Amino acid sequence: MNRKLLIPLVVFVVLCGFLFAGLWRDPREVPSPLVGKPAPAFNLAQLDAPDKPFGTADMKGQVWLLNVWASWCVSCREEHPLLVEFAKAKIAPVIGLNYKDQPAPGRQWLAQNGDPYTTSVQDRDGRVGIDYGVYGVPETFVIDKAGTIRYKQIGPITPEALEKNILPLVRELQKS
Amino acid sequence: MKRTPRILLAAFVLFAAMPALAAEAVPTEMDPVKAARAVKLAEKLRCLVCQNQTIADSNAELANDLRTQIREQIAAGKSDDDILAYMTNRYGDFVLYQPPFKATTILLWLGPAVLLLGGIAVLVRNLARRRAGEIALTDEEKSRAGELLAGEPGKKKT
Amino acid sequence: MIPELGHFALMLALLIAAIQGTLPIIGAARRMPAWIALARPVAQAQFVFVAFAWGVLAYSFITSDFSVANVAENSNSELPIFYRFAATWGSHEGSMMLWVMMLAAWTLAVSLKSRNLPDVMVARVLGVMGLVSCGFILFVLWTSNPFERVFPVPANGRDLNPLLQDPGMVVHPPMLYTGYVGFSVAFAFAVAALLSGRLDATWARWSRPWTTVAWCFLTLGIMLGSWWAYYTLGWGGWWFWDPVENASFMPWLVGTALVHSLVVTEKRGTFKNWTVLLAISAFSLSLVGTFLVRSGVLTSVHAFATDPRRGVYILAFLVIVIGGSLTLYAVRAPKVGVGGRFELVSRESMLLANNVLLLAACGSVLLGTLYPLFLDALNLGKISVGPPYFDSVFVPLMTPLVFLMGIGPLARWKEAEVPDLWRRLRWALAVSVVTALVVPLIAGSFRILVSFGLLLAFWIVASTVVNIRERTRGMTGGIIARIRRQPRSYWGMILAHLGVAVFIIGVTLVKGYETERDVQMRVGDTVSVGSYVFRFDGVTERKGPNYTAARGAVSVSRNGTVIETLYPEKRAYNAGGMPMTNAAIDSGITGDIYVSMGEPVGGGAWIIRVYSKPFITWAWAGFVLMALGGFLALMDRRYRTQARPAAAPARVAGAAGAD
Repeated sequence: MNRKLLIPLVVFVVLCGFLFAGLWRDPREVPSPLVGKPAPAFNLAQLDAPDKPFGTADMKGQVWLLNVWASWCVSCREEHPLLVEFAKAKIAPVIGLNYKDQPAPGRQWLAQNGDPYTTSVQDRDGRVGIDYGVYGVPETFVIDKAGTIRYKQIGPITPEALEKNILPLVRELQKS
Repeated sequence: MKRTPRILLAAFVLFAAMPALAAEAVPTEMDPVKAARAVKLAEKLRCLVCQNQTIADSNAELANDLRTQIREQIAAGKSDDDILAYMTNRYGDFVLYQPPFKATTILLWLGPAVLLLGGIAVLVRNLARRRAGEIALTDEEKSRAGELLAGEPGKKKT
Repeated sequence: MIPELGHFALMLALLIAAIQGTLPIIGAARRMPAWIALARPVAQAQFVFVAFAWGVLAYSFITSDFSVANVAENSNSELPIFYRFAATWGSHEGSMMLWVMMLAAWTLAVSLKSRNLPDVMVARVLGVMGLVSCGFILFVLWTSNPFERVFPVPANGRDLNPLLQDPGMVVHPPMLYTGYVGFSVAFAFAVAALLSGRLDATWARWSRPWTTVAWCFLTLGIMLGSWWAYYTLGWGGWWFWDPVENASFMPWLVGTALVHSLVVTEKRGTFKNWTVLLAISAFSLSLVGTFLVRSGVLTSVHAFATDPRRGVYILAFLVIVIGGSLTLYAVRAPKVGVGGRFELVSRESMLLANNVLLLAACGSVLLGTLYPLFLDALNLGKISVGPPYFDSVFVPLMTPLVFLMGIGPLARWKEAEVPDLWRRLRWALAVSVVTALVVPLIAGSFRILVSFGLLLAFWIVASTVVNIRERTRGMTGGIIARIRRQPRSYWGMILAHLGVAVFIIGVTLVKGYETERDVQMRVGDTVSVGSYVFRFDGVTERKGPNYTAARGAVSVSRNGTVIETLYPEKRAYNAGGMPMTNAAIDSGITGDIYVSMGEPVGGGAWIIRVYSKPFITWAWAGFVLMALGGFLALMDRRYRTQARPAAAPARVAGAAGAD
């Protein structure tokens, strides 16, 4: 058999390998280029105290979570109980970024579903969201004591993600 | 349709003369040159919440927000490269429809040229081999062939 | 009850396809006439059952039987009847059913129109198609059953996606699938030839009409898809290099290479291996395309709802069919013999160069489409590959091809001489260059890229004129008689190549001179684009059969007089979903004026997008001409007579290529 005639078959098999690998990936999930970079600074009005701004500077020296949420976001409800539990366990402070929302519905949503946040800040026009590379809601960032983003959770926090990725990372960061 | 600056000017003058009640429409971007730049940039960027659309063509909220960002940055005097860098810093290379030329994309950008040159090389080699591989006819075969060919003038060859 | 009958018919079709796929092939291998003779009737029986099953699905849609889950999810009682019918293929399950139906239809066609082929060959061809049918019918029954019922029966359905409620939906998928699936015939012929061990010029002659007609339909299907996207999406784009678009374009590129390669194999008996490989590849790309569109591996506006299980099945099917045929190819393709000899400069070598260029183009499109997947699978990050990449890669590859299009048909078989070709074509080249420089100047704005594109197009036209003149030279009779004297396949080629020129002109001029204005307009405001002035005359409400529309009126004037009014719409469908933009387009030979409504901005003002798209109609006309050329070539005398009549008088000596 002429070896050259096998080339198309070989090329095809390699292709199939990639196609198979592709079946288990999500082509729409965009990893963040900000992991390992300083968290973009912000100083925004708080949801409960609009005249008292709060920002990244206030969290320096602590390990904290930034959770992007909105009252119109359906998947946020999925992860919210986990966040509430997380907050009760006092592992690390969670700051809420109320993304493209109105204050009244936002407050109402928290009243209905529980408020795990040390505080929530209002990102009404979504600009801080853009700075953080937010493209969907909910998203969660783990930020270390120096203010560097160490992890981004795209989509709702699952129990698995919490156990495998977030909790170990938070504990490790808190030790240093 | 022809597009000459003269005709545009003529149309403009014509309208200047019209009653002032109806006005020239307000472009969404004040300066047409800047508007064109904004559109060109928006066409290079991918809408992250859509199923494969540019942010120029998408009606999604995030696309709108990013288009606003582009307009503001153009107005602030940022260059095209600055704006694209702004986007990739936040969203990664995924947001560019034209993949950057990097170590990981060398195969992508050089691939077509490689395919073409490779194809041509194979073609030329094949042609050369064909010429070299022609079987020589023996004298007897040559004369037989001559007879056959001379035999029936109208006969079609395959 | 009726949907269950359809389901049952499909199951029977599977059994029949299984018989069709095995017995005739074994019969051909073992020379068992009884089993060979089974091929045609069994294939026809498969068609009957598949057609019945598909008919039942269509019936369920037309009668709005919402107890069928597929109907409930994709249709609505308020939907006009044509769209209820088109909704039959508006979902993954329905479009797979259409695939199966098309495959059965092609099978029927082969069984009916193959009287002049040896039975053994027909048995193998139908057998291979039977195996492919098995795979698809099994896929439908196992993972994508359109006959599933839903209980309790909803009062009304969820409605067909408003984007699909358009005449485009009625024609584009059937045309596209006819072509896409039609390459299975060429594939079956190739595999049959490999199985039989006989690969000669006769095989190419049999294969050619089937390949050509599939190619014609695919050409039309792609053109319809592009046109439909243009007028329905509201932003004036007509080709986005979207993965699903690429999935249909790649088989087209290989199909074009195949159509040309078959010419060489039929006329000269050479490149048999290569042609067989192309035939396998064309259909393989159709299958890969099916995988890409339905597996969730790539993101696309066209992608169907995805499910990894379906992806795994299709991939396994791909491995079996493509892997199997490529293995057969590696084992059975005849030793690469010397074959016919021809020179470096000859029609054969130019046709081969055509193939190299088309395949390089196809390979590039495949590379670009799959590259994000490659990187992601290797954990090297996520990138996007879009129009900027494809445009910058595709055009340089097509340029030499277009250049060859002018020379190839004039080159002699076996040996052509460059000085001779130069002598015959130098005036054509000169005329092309001059015209290409002059036209943009007349249009008022010289752009080098426009000039270049026009050069390519005029080159095709000029060299075609040279070709026709040479061909009809020395013939007696008037122009009509001379035209009649040439075989239809010749005119088919001329028409198809001219279609390419028309397409290039359209694309070049639209990309060079299109303008867009994105403006906020209150009632009475005007905007000018080119020599036209557009005035916004306000919005009225209009009720459609299943939607409410905000209908804008935009009057278009030129030199002060109103020439027409355009009515773009923004539609809100009763069954919910995003508002749809319906552009108002004035189409003409010199191009389109395109108006679409954006969003209302309060105070009665709207964002309106106005586009001028000069000569864009030529892009689609070009594709139509290509398809017509193909159809014309099919009507050639040789395909209409069973046996060749006694040797026709010798042609004019030295005629460059009887076709």
